Amino acid sequence: MKKVKFRHSTTRLLILSAIFLFSFSDLAFSQEGDVAADQAEPQEEAAAAPGSDLGDPVNGKSLFNSLCAACHKPFSKAIGPALHKVTDKYSRDWLNTWIRNSSAMIASGDAQAIAIYEEYNKVAMPAFPALTDSEIGDILAYVEQPKPEPPVAAGSGVAAGETGAGVGGVSNNVILAILAFILLMLLLILFLVNKTLRKFAVASGVELPAKKERGTPIWKAFVQNQFLVLVTSVIVLLAAGYFVYGFFMQVGIDQGYQPIQPIHYSHRIHAGENQIECKFCHSSARVSKHSGIPSLNVCMNCHVSIGEVAAETATEEYSKEFYDNEIAKLYDAVGWDPESQSYTGETKPVKWVRIHNLPDFAYFNHSQHVSVAQIECQTCHGPIEEMEIVYQDAPLTMGWCINCHRETNVKMEGNEYYEKIHEELSNKYGVEELTAAQLGGLECAKCHY
Amino acid sequence: MSSNKKYWKSVEELKEKSSIVETLQQKEFIEDIPTDEFLGDKESLSGTSTTRRDFLKYVGFSTAAASLAACEGPVIKSIPYVVQPERIVPGVADFYATTIADGFDFASVLVKTREGRPIKIENNASATVKAGVNARVHASVLSMYDSQRVKRPMMDGQNVSWDNFDQQIMNSLKSVQGEIVLLTQTFASPSTTKVINEFSANFGNVRHVVYDTVSEDAALTAFEAKYGFRALPNYDFSKAEVIVSVGADFLGDWQGGGYDAGYAKTRIPKNGKMSRHIQFESNMSLTGANADKRVPVTPSQQRAVLASLYGYIVGGSSSSNLSGKIDDAVVKTATQLRESGGKGVVVSGLPDLDAQTLVLEINEALGSQVMDTANPRMTRQGNATAVTKLVEDMQNGSIGAILIAGVNPAYSLPNSKEFAKALKDIEVSVAFSMKEDETAKLCKFVAATPHYLESWGDVQFNKNNFSLMQPTIRPLFDTRQFQECLLKWNGSDTSYYEYIKETWSSLGTNEWNTALHDGVFEGTAPALGAAVTSEFVASPIDTSTAVRNLSVDSEGKGLQLSLYTKISMGDGQQANNPWLQEMPDPLTRASWDNYLTISQEDADSFELINENVANGALNGSYVNLKMDDVTLENVPVFIQPGQAKGSVGLALGYGKKEGIKEEMQVGVNAYPLYKDFKSVQNVSLEKVAGMHEFACVQLHNTLMGRGDIIKETTLEIFNTKDVRVWNKVPEVSLNHIETPVTSPEVDLWESFDRSIGHHFNLSIDLNACTGCGACVIACHSENNVPVVGKTEVRKSRDMHWLRIDRYYSSEDTFTGDIDKKEDMSGLGDSLSQFAELELAADNPQVVFQPVMCQHCNHAPCETVCPVAATVHGRQGQNQMVYNRCVGTRYCGNNCPYKVRRFNWFNYAKNDEFDYHMNNDLGRMVLNPDVTVRSRGVMEKCSMCMQITQKTILDAKRDGRAIEDGEFHTACSAACDKGAMHFGDVNDKEAKIVQLKENKRMYHLLEYVGTKPNVMYQTKVRNTSEA
Repeated sequence: MKKVKFRHSTTRLLILSAIFLFSFSDLAFSQEGDVAADQAEPQEEAAAAPGSDLGDPVNGKSLFNSLCAACHKPFSKAIGPALHKVTDKYSRDWLNTWIRNSSAMIASGDAQAIAIYEEYNKVAMPAFPALTDSEIGDILAYVEQPKPEPPVAAGSGVAAGETGAGVGGVSNNVILAILAFILLMLLLILFLVNKTLRKFAVASGVELPAKKERGTPIWKAFVQNQFLVLVTSVIVLLAAGYFVYGFFMQVGIDQGYQPIQPIHYSHRIHAGENQIECKFCHSSARVSKHSGIPSLNVCMNCHVSIGEVAAETATEEYSKEFYDNEIAKLYDAVGWDPESQSYTGETKPVKWVRIHNLPDFAYFNHSQHVSVAQIECQTCHGPIEEMEIVYQDAPLTMGWCINCHRETNVKMEGNEYYEKIHEELSNKYGVEELTAAQLGGLECAKCHY
Repeated sequence: MSSNKKYWKSVEELKEKSSIVETLQQKEFIEDIPTDEFLGDKESLSGTSTTRRDFLKYVGFSTAAASLAACEGPVIKSIPYVVQPERIVPGVADFYATTIADGFDFASVLVKTREGRPIKIENNASATVKAGVNARVHASVLSMYDSQRVKRPMMDGQNVSWDNFDQQIMNSLKSVQGEIVLLTQTFASPSTTKVINEFSANFGNVRHVVYDTVSEDAALTAFEAKYGFRALPNYDFSKAEVIVSVGADFLGDWQGGGYDAGYAKTRIPKNGKMSRHIQFESNMSLTGANADKRVPVTPSQQRAVLASLYGYIVGGSSSSNLSGKIDDAVVKTATQLRESGGKGVVVSGLPDLDAQTLVLEINEALGSQVMDTANPRMTRQGNATAVTKLVEDMQNGSIGAILIAGVNPAYSLPNSKEFAKALKDIEVSVAFSMKEDETAKLCKFVAATPHYLESWGDVQFNKNNFSLMQPTIRPLFDTRQFQECLLKWNGSDTSYYEYIKETWSSLGTNEWNTALHDGVFEGTAPALGAAVTSEFVASPIDTSTAVRNLSVDSEGKGLQLSLYTKISMGDGQQANNPWLQEMPDPLTRASWDNYLTISQEDADSFELINENVANGALNGSYVNLKMDDVTLENVPVFIQPGQAKGSVGLALGYGKKEGIKEEMQVGVNAYPLYKDFKSVQNVSLEKVAGMHEFACVQLHNTLMGRGDIIKETTLEIFNTKDVRVWNKVPEVSLNHIETPVTSPEVDLWESFDRSIGHHFNLSIDLNACTGCGACVIACHSENNVPVVGKTEVRKSRDMHWLRIDRYYSSEDTFTGDIDKKEDMSGLGDSLSQFAELELAADNPQVVFQPVMCQHCNHAPCETVCPVAATVHGRQGQNQMVYNRCVGTRYCGNNCPYKVRRFNWFNYAKNDEFDYHMNNDLGRMVLNPDVTVRSRGVMEKCSMCMQITQKTILDAKRDGRAIEDGEFHTACSAACDKGAMHFGDVNDKEAKIVQLKENKRMYHLLEYVGTKPNVMYQTKVRNTSEA
């Protein structure tokens, strides 16, 4: 598990100093990463540029992405076969007919058509009668493009980034150690030189300046000055009290808790880049007290056809291979065999580490906040769409809950339940808007029973 | 008037200068913290090496260590489904209708499941047969999570696979010499009958014997003789105006029970009318306690009462050979019955064919609309003669194989020893059992069966009322139900589910789905194939012979014992259920025990005593109980007010030794006395040495001497007098003017505005409450109330949030009481007079009063809490915040109703309290919405905050106003008698508003000025004699 971000105030100093040291290396390899990304782009442009006798691959790419990508990939099997080199296997006319209406072709008894239909678990391909010959040509031109070589510069860039990170981590320590060693050696040398010089001095009879007899040492003076002692001890006591209080007040508060999960699921990719609505997966938040960790069949709604991430999803920190490996973990857990495109029935439920833990004596209901109050998930969970690894954003203390209940107005418009009470309470308090607290949202047993 | 009557909970309170009662009145917590044991012993104290300084060091160190340990939170794993079932949303409860049919309890229920596990049983509101969801049924969900269950099939004590098991059994059944016998409970299931018929056709030479542990054989035979159909007459007490019961505990388990809901309807005075209920009985039963007039008579006298009742009503005779007082009662009863026309009914619990025949005859003669013989009850089918014959045949070796399902004859047969001996010699013996009980231990094969919540089934309640049983959880263990096994051994591949659907193919898919959803449906029994022939056919009975037989003096020697079943334990199937063990008996208020109930007079003559020890706990003498050659040793004695002289009572269902946890092996087994399946026997007593320690709560939680919390009146006064006469609000003098305590001027408190939002009130009708205790178990189940065990209950540490107080009052008439009380002068005199009342109270009147937290608007507990752990909510609920409580117990001390409970220990995950909360299986029953309290905090009724909040949230989410009837608590939902009603008094249309304005309404200890949100409806008794 990763270290909790803000858990120990005593460790803050160490963390701060570490950050200070690490920030240099950080800068170093983030620049490298940028360079890599810059280099990758022209590569792709270059690959897309040359035309083909089949059609326009650029238009083909957009058509492919909108029509075909749900089931097909150019270079690997998905629900349907890989499409690269498809023009070698089938004639152009055959392909035109097949794409426009595959089921008719199967019904007509075409041997090739039936063979491919049988091979892919008798899943019929939807018909695309509206595609013109040239559009089909464009798509074929796109899929027949040679597999782009792993962009050398970009690849090395990522690799460099990765190793850079690794080296950075190690080298920093090494540098520190070396520096410390040198410092130690310097001190030693200084001491030795001093000693030797003294020896020489004594030997050569040079009178060393005698230590000056000073007055009372400063600490004695300090001890004798009772006022100073009093002030200092008061300050020390107050400071100690402050830190002890601070220490005790953060006991049990896990703000910043960011455990490593068994599958590296990135909310940044799903909720951020792909803008999937939170409740699309956490559907029970609408009706239940639990937001619910989505069951794996929910993941498979999409991931049945998304077996790997796009190259541009990869970041300096996490490579495409890393993400693809995480999807493979999902397949392993849910028992999906990407080769045969079928479920094996062998499942391994995922043991997620729970991040937001309320004590057992506190009752919290998601649907109350999500459905009735229409509060954004981010209000409590923080910028979830930016989190690569989810951490606990809010302190989840009672004071934090109460504060929100005091400040937040209840959404009453259009909810028949509130009609009567709104009328009565707004008369009583003389306000139009009512906070949760005014409706009794501060009562103990609303959350503790 | 009401406050003039003297109420008492225990005879102890009637004794002169009882120091125990004094102590109990003064102290909420009777036992001091036992510091003396430690500090009082100077020697050991000075001998220890721990000095005060060391002690402080330890304390300091452990505090520091504890706070440091708290820094690092535990890593909590969360595992979602791989494929989430469509219907299940974590955190949202699902409800399924199903049916309990364990041979003793039959009821259509609603099961609340969370994340796929059943956690609570509720009334099925759409059930057409609204009957019998009693305390045992409510508790049955816990019996599923019983750690003592048989987890897989066994052969000769070894675990085997089902395939192996099937193979072995089929081979042995095919080659067996002699008859194959199926000894089963009453299944009342058409599909089961069909399977059994097929089984017998398949194997040939099969006999099916139905055995009811507690037999209704006499009533069944009498009905069969008269109507040619083996069933029990059905009674609709809601139509009754005059109810006469001769020894029938029809509010308890008589003839399958479940009659209390109909009965309660007639008990609430409506338009100045309510039913009149007259009870002739020997034991003080739940039914007798609710009667308007109760005549204590021995069983032999009951026979005579029935005979003369028949004489007066049908036979036209004008005299009987009963003693004067009883005869007078019978004459008046007969007159009232005649006057009631078709609205009268007579029922009897006498285990006697003649008596049951006469009951049918009397009701016929009255033209009773209450008794329904056209749609009779099918939930008892047992045949005592057949069982007796079976044991004889087993002994003479003509039985080759026996398959025992749903019953435990080695425990429950009167001649269980002979049965056990014969069972060992039978070639093939198979027990279908959930437990390794007495019978299963003796059988070669043990087929592990599922609980009813894991099974499929169909049940025929009445001739035309059916119900379906469906699983609410995947079987917890490797179990297979009886019917499924028979199907397999018949060589069929269909599952029992398919089989039931086939039986009911007449229903069609839509009707089937509706029936499964509702749980119940009406129809006619389908054809079930050729039945196994019954050799026993009842022949018609001559009524005049019956009358003559009954009139014969059958008193016999010694005392007349009536065996009965407790509302908590029933026939003893669920003896391993800690909720039921800890539920106090409604009358004796004793838990964890059965005992011989005896009248004071008989106890005196045998020199038997009950005494309360210093902390209020009850002790009682032991006796040996002898019947012919059977002796029950060391039976504790409980002196029961109202027990008929010359009679004693003993509950069945206790004293189990096998397949049950050691803690729950309590009581004595009374089945050996159940000779010939007759619940009435002649016995003799012999006092033996020693005292039994009861766990009796009747003296617990006394209200500091403020006993006058019952208000009752008679129907006559209720109808004719002003409300101020019989339900007067207490008054105080304000500026020399008598002012009702409820008026704001005399209030010490500033009252809050409670007119906005919801304001919950609970109304409890003392007339409709029969004291059955279903609410108590429902409360346990909903609120995770812990079980504390016998020794702790004895120390007044029971955790029941809801208790049902039982009050006795002495005189037959009100005037008698009042005169006596008003004549008293001074304390000494009054105490001796009270003692007189006791003697006069051979037959006390009884009132049941459920008491939970009264949710006072001016709550005394709230003001004394130093940490504000108990505060008031705007919705009227007095809130208890466990995480804030530091356990000073000031609140408990200051509560005038004594409804707060203190957690003396951790009751969960504690080996000292080895009940359901100490194992993973048992903890599955816990309600995830309610905190499991830890040691050192107070707890009490929350008015089911979690339910009211849920109701509100649902409405908010749907964006609609809440309708009346949507709000409920666990207790109000469990009360099928309608005695408890919960609602929002700020909803002007709500029924609770009418109840609040009802003339009968009063609050407990109104003069204390606590302004409770729980109200009571004055008890009205119909004392009108003919």
